[in-house]
Amino acid sequence: MKVLVPVKRVIDYNVKVRVKADGSGVDLANVKMSMNPFDEIAVEEAIRLKEAGKVEEVVAVSIGVKQAQETLRTALAMGADRAILIVAADDVHQDIEPLAVAKLLAKVIEEEEPGLVLCGKQAIDNDMNATGQMLSALLGWSQAMYANKVEIEGDHAVVTREVDGGLQTVKVKMPTIISTDLRLNEPRYASLPNIMKAKKKPLDEKTAADYGVDVAPRLEVVKTAEPPTRKAGEMVGSVDELVSKLKEAGVV
Amino acid sequence: MNFGLTDEQEMIVSTVRAFVEREIYPHEAEVERTGRVPPELAQEIKRKTLELGFYACNFPPEVGGAGLSHLDFALVERELGRGSMALTHFFGRPQNILMACEGAQRERYLLPAVRGERMDALAMTEPDAGSDVRGMKCTARRDGGDWVVNGTKHFISGADHADFFIVFVATGEDDTPHGPKKRITAFLVDRGTPGFTVREGYRSVSHRGYANCILEFDDCRLPDAQVLGAVDGGFEVMNTWLYATRITVAAMSVGRARRAFDLALHHAAERRQFGQTIGRFQGVSFQLADAVTEIDAADWLTLAAAWRLDQGLPANREIASAKLYATEMLARVTDMGIQVFGGMGLMDDFPLERFWRDARVERIWDGTSEIQRHIIGRELLRPLGS
Repeated sequence: MKVLVPVKRVIDYNVKVRVKADGSGVDLANVKMSMNPFDEIAVEEAIRLKEAGKVEEVVAVSIGVKQAQETLRTALAMGADRAILIVAADDVHQDIEPLAVAKLLAKVIEEEEPGLVLCGKQAIDNDMNATGQMLSALLGWSQAMYANKVEIEGDHAVVTREVDGGLQTVKVKMPTIISTDLRLNEPRYASLPNIMKAKKKPLDEKTAADYGVDVAPRLEVVKTAEPPTRKAGEMVGSVDELVSKLKEAGVV
Repeated sequence: MNFGLTDEQEMIVSTVRAFVEREIYPHEAEVERTGRVPPELAQEIKRKTLELGFYACNFPPEVGGAGLSHLDFALVERELGRGSMALTHFFGRPQNILMACEGAQRERYLLPAVRGERMDALAMTEPDAGSDVRGMKCTARRDGGDWVVNGTKHFISGADHADFFIVFVATGEDDTPHGPKKRITAFLVDRGTPGFTVREGYRSVSHRGYANCILEFDDCRLPDAQVLGAVDGGFEVMNTWLYATRITVAAMSVGRARRAFDLALHHAAERRQFGQTIGRFQGVSFQLADAVTEIDAADWLTLAAAWRLDQGLPANREIASAKLYATEMLARVTDMGIQVFGGMGLMDDFPLERFWRDARVERIWDGTSEIQRHIIGRELLRPLGS
């Protein structure tokens, strides 16, 4: 079985995000970019499935600017076998919307015929949490989102999902789409021999036009703003004082 | 000319950086407080480094290393420099000088060192022989077919964890027009060899937990098989293999300076005095501006020296410049960091005071700043006949 792992190049989680002066979005010029952490978990899970003998090939795919090639190299250095880059934007500030990504992935899946898609539950830049679900609808495949545990058993997968209030275990028919949650695994470091091998692994470069998918945005960002700064707190001396302050504030 | 890193180099940097942040940083405070590395932790770091294929990455593939170039290795050292040396010691980089091993020595020393099975330490310095290496008093005399070693070495880093030592010893003296000149030979000495003792050393202000030890030789008998390189060829092995280690010191200084700088920068951006963040005061922002300029300069100087080695170009002067400048820069940058933090910078709640203390030794070991200036001056003036 082949696994397809979509990976997104996003602003590094350590970077302190700044809103652009005109409010059109977050400033991405000259900031450190990395693989979306949830996608890293997906790559790790795919490699573990391969190590466990459940999977023969791990294919990473990234859609975005040309620089997403670095993200794919990271996936290859972690252990993916080959990569596909779909250049769909030339400005780092141009985000490709989930529906366009899902349509492109559907086309890739038509060609590659993977038995499983493992994707991050959401990208940490815009937190859409939509691509996996949309892809499932486009393909008519089953889906198991927010995976905490994945077991492949022949023609179906048993996935434990993180849901509000606890864990839910579902059995889905393969081929399926699984999105990864934070606690599924702890991604490995790229080993030095794999870093050196990554360059020799195949990386195909395509464009959105090659697949005939229109990636023009359907959504309009009206405004991006910094979160409001927290107001200074107040120290209270006793429980009674706390209760009266809370009453004053009208919250109890 | 291209100043960018390759994809591989970027990945090497990010892997080592992530390793140091996750596997080293969390244990630093304890090592600093106790002055020792728990053996289980040392083994854990070693095991993870081996798994990652980074152990002995400075060695060529023929002997089981990763065969990194000098430039790639400088990048590794730079990232390791961010972390405590006591701990990154177990992200093993055996001494390159082991490549001088021949015949059975390869099986006994070189290969186990590369595989992480045996750790090495280098012993050169003596109480009366620091920068003046040839002034060493530790001697080996011929007795039958063996060598008998007597004398003392001190400041021997990593000796507490070493399984064997590369020891430089005087094996004779030549008369030259400049007076008598000692002949030096390098020996491989196993821990536990009769007549050889490793004693606890001094308590240093720099790099707590990265112990320095005293080695004592009292009629320690070594067969010829323990000679590394040629008899009386100690300087040749030294010059061939220890040439590049100064780049390591420079690169680590750059990494540590960046970490200290980042602390100061974020403090300046957050700390408020007189109704504004202190970074808004030019007195602070100009210090940060000078510091980052110096760090960048030291970074490029170091990488360029390593690059020259990879190109097979003469690099002695450039390596000396990098070592000199990077270590002196580190002293200034850590001092600046404390000034930006104010009194809190001196407290051990923050790692800055440690970086400031650790910085002090960098200008001394692996050739003092004065020795580096001497090398630079000599390289400049010799061709002019001066």
